Amino acid sequence: MRTMMLSLVKRRGSFGERAAIVALIAALCIMVLLPLITLFSKAFEGKTGEFTGLANFARYFQSPALLQSLWHTAFISVGTACISVCLAFVFAYALTRTGIKGKLIFKTIALLPLFAPTMLHGIGLTYLFGNQGLITNGFFGALPFEWHIELYGPIGIMMAEVMYTFPQAYLILAVSLAFADYNLYEAATTMGASKRRIFFTVTVPNIKYGLISAIFVCFTLAFTDFGAPQVVGGNYSVLATEIYKQVIGQQNMGMGATVGIILILPAVLAFTVDRIVSRKQNAISSRALPYRIQTSRLRDGLFLACCLVLSALIGIVILTVIGASLIKIWPYNLSLSFVHYDFTKVAGGSIQPFWTSLRMSAWTAGIGTIVTFLGAYLIEKTRSMKMLRQAGYFLSILPLALPGLVIGLSYIFFFNERSNPLHGIYGTIWILVLANIAHFYAVSFVTATSALKKLDKEIERASDAMGVPQYKTLLRVTLPLCLPAVLEMAMYLFINSMVTVSAVMFLYAADLKLASVSVVNMDDAGDVASAAAMSVLIMMTNVMVRLVYEAIAHFVKTKTGAWQTRNS
Amino acid sequence: MPQTYLSIEGIRKTFGSFTALEPIHIEIPKNEFVCLLGPSGCGKTTLLRLIAGLETPDGGRITVAGRDITSLPPSKRQAGMMFQSYALFPNLTVEQNIAYGLQEKKMSKAQIRGKVEEVLAMVDLEHSAKKYPSQMSGGQQQRVALARAVAMSPDFLLLDEPLSALDAKVRQKLRQEIRRLHEQLGMTTIMVTHDQEEALTMADTIVVMNNAKVIQVGMPEEIYERPNSKFVADFIGAVNFVGVEEVPAVAIRPEHVSIHLQPVPDSSEAIIENLEFRGSSYRITLKPSHSREIIADVNSSMIRLLGLEKNRRVYYELPSEHLIYFGDALPTPWVEVVV
Ligand SMILES: Nc1ncnc2c1ncn2[C@@H]1O[C@H](COP(=O)(O)OP(=O)(O)O)[C@@H](O)[C@H]1O
Ligand SMILES: [Mg+2]
Repeated sequence: MRTMMLSLVKRRGSFGERAAIVALIAALCIMVLLPLITLFSKAFEGKTGEFTGLANFARYFQSPALLQSLWHTAFISVGTACISVCLAFVFAYALTRTGIKGKLIFKTIALLPLFAPTMLHGIGLTYLFGNQGLITNGFFGALPFEWHIELYGPIGIMMAEVMYTFPQAYLILAVSLAFADYNLYEAATTMGASKRRIFFTVTVPNIKYGLISAIFVCFTLAFTDFGAPQVVGGNYSVLATEIYKQVIGQQNMGMGATVGIILILPAVLAFTVDRIVSRKQNAISSRALPYRIQTSRLRDGLFLACCLVLSALIGIVILTVIGASLIKIWPYNLSLSFVHYDFTKVAGGSIQPFWTSLRMSAWTAGIGTIVTFLGAYLIEKTRSMKMLRQAGYFLSILPLALPGLVIGLSYIFFFNERSNPLHGIYGTIWILVLANIAHFYAVSFVTATSALKKLDKEIERASDAMGVPQYKTLLRVTLPLCLPAVLEMAMYLFINSMVTVSAVMFLYAADLKLASVSVVNMDDAGDVASAAAMSVLIMMTNVMVRLVYEAIAHFVKTKTGAWQTRNS
Repeated sequence: MPQTYLSIEGIRKTFGSFTALEPIHIEIPKNEFVCLLGPSGCGKTTLLRLIAGLETPDGGRITVAGRDITSLPPSKRQAGMMFQSYALFPNLTVEQNIAYGLQEKKMSKAQIRGKVEEVLAMVDLEHSAKKYPSQMSGGQQQRVALARAVAMSPDFLLLDEPLSALDAKVRQKLRQEIRRLHEQLGMTTIMVTHDQEEALTMADTIVVMNNAKVIQVGMPEEIYERPNSKFVADFIGAVNFVGVEEVPAVAIRPEHVSIHLQPVPDSSEAIIENLEFRGSSYRITLKPSHSREIIADVNSSMIRLLGLEKNRRVYYELPSEHLIYFGDALPTPWVEVVV
């Protein structure tokens, strides 16, 4: 009888463990679920808060202007996804399946856009293809031709979105392409199949799920991005700018919420597809032979050319923005100066937003990493309250389906409510930190979970049997083993908090302006050079953070190499 | 000696500074079933891949029926290859997998369908044509891979450890099936294995390899009864090494050691140290008074008849007609003189 009682207690976990799980679920509800529910309910309310049923949706689909922005967004997103995935495929293929030189450099350049806010891509395009653009007037007439494109509108948006989504698609496809069973290629060769047939019967099916995932990710990112259309959109309205107009311009909260829900739809679809796809990802057998790159001059030459062109395009846009931020008065006085980095010269500008962004990102990275890791730990490594933990898992990956704008919007509705006891954080830096953690929770959660999954399942049991309290094992064993993942999470949270604009757009207080927001404002006000300077500051900061991350990660890897390699 | 069909003349291969194969010479008659046998890492797969054209040799020649195929690409060699991982296309059904190579040949749709049905029937998988590889067991996948290789009607068949991923029961069954298929089609076959029992039961000829070299070539009985080296004797079956430093190396198989309750001429005294039950027989460990232990396999009924048990004193004899002699040196310490 006594032993039975004992085992019963053991199975239910300690009181502390159960309390922690309940606290985690409560936190996730406050962070994600409740704001989202508030947003949904607002979509069924009129201007004064009365219940109107589906009236908002009906109005939406009857308003030609609003409906038009939906079609525009769909067009932009489909175009972006197609172009971006095709380019990223060529690039990823070159870097994983050919023998070209300089892969590390190409990879670094391809990932650069991740470090900058999307406005930077738009600003770069403005300087290249805008009315005064370098290419538009043929390098001040130095070139024998001029090339006018209709930048402000779908073309410009799509160009900026392709640049924004390219690295994401590249990352997904590179992972897919890295796994292959070379024996399949050899079997096909032995049976006399041509290179082309092998490509379509072996390579493409092998990366099918990666391709699907990349297409959906690019589509969703372009669908919900605010920065690029804000800078190069001109009069071409898209959903993201439309929401902003409805909420900030016309204070039409109900319609804002309605557009928000429409904005979620593709993301929810992408989320669902991603869940199905990640489960289906074909397992590579342990007897598989890793891919061997055959020597082929012609193939390497062609792919090298493609990589050079793509890297050059990315490089040119970024260099243009850096150049523009350093040039006194474009295009009249081309001497170099740091005048644009003195933000006090522009209306309402100062360097303060940059410091605020740094502070917010540091808090987001610090608190976010701890909370996410603990969350993942509780869900993955404890055994009590299975149902709650499953709910917790769902809430943890749900933010994957939530665009920043939707999070920002739902946060206004939820926290701006006077009756909410947490109303106090509205207008402080903490709501920004909270919104960012929610926004980027899912990805870092997945990172933490997969690191935890790799650990021996028996670690907790063993320490249990030795009578060591679980928190001690967590600190002494589990956390050190997961250090590389923890570092990655912190870096990810920091960098994304620095560049994001959509989630914080609605939430910042006048005295707590953020760097990314001030880029939008300065660009809007025509101080494009200062906007360029601020976005360069953001990008440089992120590159620096990334370098520090690489250095620490390298240090950790060499330091812990002994017990990391034994498992693999 | 039948005429050589597939001939490997001085083929060698290095990976960087690592020698995977010293110059190899093997001659294989038509319709033979040859097993490449050797410990893991000795270069069996490399040799098979060289024959298939999936690796380029550093030197040497491969000819098939007098035709030099050394520099031909894999698709032109008329070889049917079955990979260790099976290499079935996971996105294609069984019949699509089998038809994959046939579609490269000048065959009509009906001919292809006919061929697919024919080989599926051969491996007993008529009803699985529409399945995907992931929906099949390891043994079934293995048979699909075999059917796919055979469907191409290749000049010769190359099998890389076709049975190593399967559990013991399935392995037994598929051994016979592969052998039956070979008898039916008469296709010259080279099969790689590191399992000596597999090689002994399946092969017409065994090629024993070690450390990138061919050590011995011969029929299974030959390899078993007259191994040419300590390595071969040890690698294939159990063996006692007996002899002295000065004499050439001598060994004897455990089943040839005879045991008596009373001394007989040329017998020596020993104590039964251990009895290990092995079904139809027992493996007995004998401890002679002043030499190394000797193992003997004795029929179960014989054990009962003689009343053998642990710690019993017996007399063993090493019949001279079963002694194995070979040239390479044997390590000390030495057992008594038996010759
Ligand atoms: N592509 C390669 N590059 C370098 N070493 C190789 C390669 N292929 C095989 N080897 C090495 O050659 C040796 C023989 O390999 P293999 O032929 O696969 O042995 P096995 O007899 O087990 O089939 C092994 O030590 C292996 O590590
Ligand atoms: Mg092998």
